[in-house]
Amino acid sequence: MADLVSHPDEVKIVSKRFGQGATDIDRYLELDGYKAVQKALGIGPDALINEVKNSGLRGRGGAGFNTGMKWSFVPKQSPRPKYVLCNGDESEPGTCKDRLIFEHDPHSVIEGVVIAGLSVESHVGYIYIRGEYRYLSNIMQKAIKDAYARGFLGKNIFGSGYDFDVYWHGGAGAYEVGEESALMESLEGKRGIPRIRPPFPAVVGLWGGPTIINNAETLASVPHIILGGAEWYASLGPPRNGGTRLFCLSGHVARPGVYELPMGYNLKKMIYEVAGGIADGRRLKAVVPGGASTPCLTAEEVDVPMDFDSLMKAGSMLGSGGVVVLDDSTCMVKFALRTMQFYQHESCGWCIPCREGTDWLKKTLARFHAGEGVKKDIDNIQYLAENMLGRTFCPLGDAAAMPTIAFIKKFRKEFEDHLEGRPCPFEKEGVVKQLPVFA
Amino acid sequence: MADVNITLDGKKLTAPAGTLLIEACKNAGIEVPSFCYYPGFSLQGACRMCLVKIEKVPKLQTACTTVIGEGMIVTTDSPEIHQARKSMVELLLGNHPLDCPVCDAGGECELQDMTFAYGAAESKYIDIKNHREEQQWSPVVYFDRPRCILCYRCVRVCGEGMDVWALGIQNRGVASVIAPNKEDHLECEECGMCIDICPVGALTSGAYRYKTRPWEMKHIDTTCTHCGDGCRTTLGVRRADTGIEIVRGDNRDKSGINGDFLCIKGRYAFDFVDNEQRIKQPLIRKDGRLTPSSWEEAFELIGRRFAEICGREGGRAIGVIGSSKTSNEENYLLQKFARVVLGTNNIDHHRTGDFPAFARALAGKLDATASMRDVFKAPAMLVIGNDPTNQHPLLAWQIRNNVRLHRSRLYVINSQPIKLRRQATAFAHIPAGSEAKLVALLAGDDSVLDVLVSENTPREALLSLRDRLRGEQNLVIIFGAELRGEEMARLVKVGSAVSGAKFVCLGDYANSRGAADMGLYPDLLPGYLPVTQGKTFREEWGGLPDAPGLTIPQMVDAAKAGQLKALYVVGANPVARFNIDPFAFAKSFVVMQDMFLTETALIADVVLPGANAYEKSGTFTNTCGDLQLLRKAGEVTGTKPDFEIIVRIAERMGFDVRKLVPFGGGMWADMGQSRGAQSGEADRHSVWLEAHGLETKLSPFDPMAILDEIQRLVPGYHVSRRTLLSGTDQHTRIGGPGILHNPELIVPANDDLFTSGTLGRYSRALNSVLENQRRKPVETEVAAD
Ligand SMILES: Cc1cc2nc3c(=O)[nH]c(=O)nc-3n(C[C@H](O)[C@H](O)[C@H](O)COP(=O)(O)O)c2cc1C
Ligand code: SF4
Ligand code: SF4
Ligand code: SF4
Ligand code: SF4
Ligand code: FES
Repeated sequence: MADLVSHPDEVKIVSKRFGQGATDIDRYLELDGYKAVQKALGIGPDALINEVKNSGLRGRGGAGFNTGMKWSFVPKQSPRPKYVLCNGDESEPGTCKDRLIFEHDPHSVIEGVVIAGLSVESHVGYIYIRGEYRYLSNIMQKAIKDAYARGFLGKNIFGSGYDFDVYWHGGAGAYEVGEESALMESLEGKRGIPRIRPPFPAVVGLWGGPTIINNAETLASVPHIILGGAEWYASLGPPRNGGTRLFCLSGHVARPGVYELPMGYNLKKMIYEVAGGIADGRRLKAVVPGGASTPCLTAEEVDVPMDFDSLMKAGSMLGSGGVVVLDDSTCMVKFALRTMQFYQHESCGWCIPCREGTDWLKKTLARFHAGEGVKKDIDNIQYLAENMLGRTFCPLGDAAAMPTIAFIKKFRKEFEDHLEGRPCPFEKEGVVKQLPVFA
Repeated sequence: MADVNITLDGKKLTAPAGTLLIEACKNAGIEVPSFCYYPGFSLQGACRMCLVKIEKVPKLQTACTTVIGEGMIVTTDSPEIHQARKSMVELLLGNHPLDCPVCDAGGECELQDMTFAYGAAESKYIDIKNHREEQQWSPVVYFDRPRCILCYRCVRVCGEGMDVWALGIQNRGVASVIAPNKEDHLECEECGMCIDICPVGALTSGAYRYKTRPWEMKHIDTTCTHCGDGCRTTLGVRRADTGIEIVRGDNRDKSGINGDFLCIKGRYAFDFVDNEQRIKQPLIRKDGRLTPSSWEEAFELIGRRFAEICGREGGRAIGVIGSSKTSNEENYLLQKFARVVLGTNNIDHHRTGDFPAFARALAGKLDATASMRDVFKAPAMLVIGNDPTNQHPLLAWQIRNNVRLHRSRLYVINSQPIKLRRQATAFAHIPAGSEAKLVALLAGDDSVLDVLVSENTPREALLSLRDRLRGEQNLVIIFGAELRGEEMARLVKVGSAVSGAKFVCLGDYANSRGAADMGLYPDLLPGYLPVTQGKTFREEWGGLPDAPGLTIPQMVDAAKAGQLKALYVVGANPVARFNIDPFAFAKSFVVMQDMFLTETALIADVVLPGANAYEKSGTFTNTCGDLQLLRKAGEVTGTKPDFEIIVRIAERMGFDVRKLVPFGGGMWADMGQSRGAQSGEADRHSVWLEAHGLETKLSPFDPMAILDEIQRLVPGYHVSRRTLLSGTDQHTRIGGPGILHNPELIVPANDDLFTSGTLGRYSRALNSVLENQRRKPVETEVAAD
């Protein structure tokens, strides 16, 4: 279990019950738990959706779509059951926030799921938990059981006449299954392969029924919005970027950890003040601002507000909130290789560009970093990544291509320094042993 | 559906709403490349070859998953699009072994074509390719992972098309691999559809692999010789020292009634042709042993003996048994030979379906038979008896895919839980032998309910089935040999109450229906005309015997009683089929024409080496009544087509063959047989002659002359000859009064997917599959879900 950190600039909303023993249902109730859902029961679907829409809450899973808007796409009438799906597959490298929510405040996720269900008149919710988070599923199972025991779930919740069931489901260890449509396939017991869209999940989702799918943090934010009001929540961040977000600061910083900061908080400040600056007196080299899929920013580019729109403007993405800080001891070629090893390993293999592209990128980068690179490799890496970009079946291919393109464009010189059999300038022992080509 | 307006590469068009963009392009003559898209199967969006630009959409979109929308403006080629596709091919080639020079698919490979089209031949990669060893999954199916481009066509054709679900995908990422259902091998229907649909050489067939290259073969479209469904098959033929070698069977251009489909028999079981047990020289029994002789000697002997017997005792003393695997022309010729040359109605064949009763039941309702194409389009289908998956694989494919693609409703009534029940809206599991009772129930007789109900099929289910059937329109009713005689008449009557109902009566062999249509019956002339009638035939032939002749069992009795002096068996194995006591014919002169020394050879005095349907031209009629062309693939030295043999015997008997085969008239196409040429050539030749106003000459051995007579005289066969000759099936109608026979004369073949009567025993492919099954416990059915 991870240690909790804190900083005075934090605005604790989603994390307010962290370390408070809220896995215990009574303690959760003491800390305003299950008040929002009772309030929501009296509000009605349209008003609920509007409230969430107006709060400016945007998806915390990575794409940053307005949550209320997404819910409004669910058809009112449906011959098939509607579902709410909580995406707790958290696997984006650098991201470790949903895990804290599950660990410290599992009921808030359940509450968020039920409120989402009320807003689209669904009666079933699923909480999908990353396979590797085994211990968290125990916590979640207990929370669900306790909520049932109190009559907060199941038939006639809170005596309202409304029925709502919640189930948990464990993943089997695939990053790709965090992608919403692959997650639904996985939940249905199939291979974790994305689906053709359109139709989008809001219309045709789980078992063909209209489905809301949201990140765990997104859903855990919802009860707070219902209690505190849309206006209050929106006012915490810049326009169209409501509220706060859990930022996972990792890498070469003095005080790594998960901090809840208002949307739009300056990245430079985040690194130097909140996380205590670069460790060991070294200098900042680059930042991956939103999980491994987002293009890195150089040290010169970090003076930027951390909200969806500002980062988009800066040529990157806010992504999943995983901020990975790299100091000047980092070999960017090795970092590119490590990143690509991840995507090559996690590509589901369905489509040509991602399946073959990630593999060739990995092979090329591995050889390159080992000192056997040739000049055309650099262009080739860029060519490969550029030819994957925007052409894959799901965004994983883009996620592999985008950072790679940024590495080459922003750190080409470092690649060139590896040429002509020169040992990696960052490896103390000299030339690195060539990684085996076959994983 | 309403039409929408779209613009494709600047061309303004309209297309029905709901059309996929890739199909709209195809219809407009624009080819959008695709690997994973395959019409009729689920969409994948996996290969990304079909990327196109849609105005106002930032990223390139896959044409195979995009449904056209009003006002859509699409560009299908541009430097950006070209580059996108090129890079896909480059990526595919990265791990591809590039062993085109030895690969089976070389020359017919979609990856090769795309490499040429997009100029992606130069390799960008210097790292080691991923490799896996080739695997043999069954006697028929081999898999070579490095060649596989993961288009998932094989997975879908096996699952969605065949409902076998034997192939799947394992692992993820670059380690993804197509996997067989039993870990390291397949247990499946061995149809080879997966191999056929594979765009590259990743799946190859045990029968064909590494034997030849596509351009070294002649490709001859003909009709499968195995079951009653009549799939169009393209034979890949090479010259060989024996005459021809058939190296491959497929349906190369996917035309014909079967489209993509062929079962294991159509695809691989052509190999009986060059079985080493094939007889290639006439044999005459001398001192009790079959001894090689010349054709001349054999014809002389047969002609003399037949003429003697006819002269002394009349045709009555000779019996003729025809075949369900010889062509319509041969069958027609054979019965004409029996009736006109021998002067007897003693002619019969192995009956597998009660077609005379069917004709009688239809009583001239000419439009009441469904073609194989109709089955695929029918809004509702009723299948009583039979197990089409095993006995009529193409029919099963049509039914299954009609349900899948057109949401047709299928009603299955069977005493076994046959596989097609999985597609059924309703399945009535009835006790064995109670099919007739079921018909009575459908006719409104509730008193039979007690016999029909069972644990699986309660009373209400049966009654609701009847109600639902009554509510259907344009129902196609398909029934097996469980229904015969009067029962069939009752069914047809019930069915006819449904508006637009059509029927299919199932017969088992490749030309069972043709044998019946052509009058291989002791009491029926061609077209189900009782011998007592048939004025046209009497006039045309100058008279024929009035009294009905002998059935096969009656021939056996007559032989035992010493009354049948000769038996002429053409392409049949009655000794095995009817369990005949070989000594019954001890005193008769028995002539047989066949490819192999079957059980019937035990009783033969003369054995003539015949050609099979792949070595002759003519026509077959499938069980639905679809008339299709046989095209001669070549000939095996030493054999003769049955047609020629019959004519030669007549000639040796001193008969004027012009009266048997009206050749030399004004017929305008030669079917290629007399010239010994490979079929297509001869047809083209005669079409050319015709176009130049020249009369094409027919020889007495040319089936075309008889086809002409068939078309003139046999009711229901007045179809367009031009269309037929162009290779398109023509649905015939079943006319004539028909007749009721003793139902016991029908002996179903009971073939399954891997057997094909006597013929199948000589197929290496079928034998290897059967042998393989014997080695392993067989799981008959794989669950669909
Ligand atoms: C390859 C890939 C992996 C993803 N993994 C996750 C994940 O682990 N957790 C998550 O919430 N969203 C993940 N997403 C995003 C989801 O597809 C989806 O957008 C998100 O769950 C929607 O929830 P939100 O609107 O609340 O962000 C992933 C997307 C892709 C393409
Ligand atoms: S981009 Fe393609 S191969 Fe990669 S994860 Fe998505 S669907 Fe699978
Ligand atoms: S041979 Fe036919 S049944 Fe067997 S795996 Fe291939 S497609 Fe499926
Ligand atoms: S084996 Fe052939 S059909 Fe099957 S996925 Fe591979 S390339 Fe496609
Ligand atoms: S279904 Fe019948 S006609 Fe078609 S290939 Fe098989 S055996 Fe031949
Ligand atoms: S044909 Fe469209 S993606 Fe394969």
